[in-house]
Amino acid sequence: MQVGLTHFLVLGAMLFCLGLLAVITKRNAVTVLMGAELIINAANINFIAFARYLDKDIDGQMFGIFVIVVAAAGAAVALAIVLNIYQRMRSVNLDEADSLLG
Amino acid sequence: MSGFDVMFYLIAALTLASAALMVFSKNIIYNAVGLLFAFFGVAGIYVMLGADFIAATQLLIYVGGILVLLLFGVMLSQRFSGTEMRTGTLQVLPATLVCAGVAAILLRMIWQTPWPKAELGAPAPTTKTIGTLFMTDYLIPFEIVSVLLLAALVGAAFIGRRDAR
Repeated sequence: MQVGLTHFLVLGAMLFCLGLLAVITKRNAVTVLMGAELIINAANINFIAFARYLDKDIDGQMFGIFVIVVAAAGAAVALAIVLNIYQRMRSVNLDEADSLLG
Repeated sequence: MSGFDVMFYLIAALTLASAALMVFSKNIIYNAVGLLFAFFGVAGIYVMLGADFIAATQLLIYVGGILVLLLFGVMLSQRFSGTEMRTGTLQVLPATLVCAGVAAILLRMIWQTPWPKAELGAPAPTTKTIGTLFMTDYLIPFEIVSVLLLAALVGAAFIGRRDAR
């Protein structure tokens, strides 16, 4: 079977599920962020595969660039929050950061 | 099987194996290394899709920027003397079931959708088109995203300070 749009979509779906698994199961906040980056990459693969196979224009690639930029901004803020949590609690395990839990 | 197919399967295998290392390894440094190669693999996928500019952007921003940032996060938030380099997991069995279910739904939807078959041209260089689009059709999103980046970086520097008040 020749490699086509379906193959790229399947790859994106599998990457997404691996990222989701990391986000749900990991205790360490930095590792959870890594899983989120994996999910963003999976979504980006879909954008660019659709731009190549379904669209004659290049709009999907423009979306991909904006996704990368916003992901970079998000990662910077998220890591700053993680470092602040570490300074206050001496731990970045998410299940121990439960001060707001009623 | 053409050379394109062989390349796709090689790069996809590299990407998925690295992502699996990132997800299933308990050592946080192995997690970071797995993520590094997963980012490389995704850049290769972009090249196969004819997105040369985005592949270069992926390498510059993800491998050169976000991954280094994550490694700084690892090093600033771990106690290297103890056994704290290991990262624990929670709720592994239910989470695996949920993720398998999501994967089944996604794969079923991908297989059942009748995607239109288009004739593909040879990949052309995209940089000039992207630059033109940034200055014409996408000018407003471009400006908004630059302001967002500025705000996010100032905010991150403020939050990350030791005595944030």
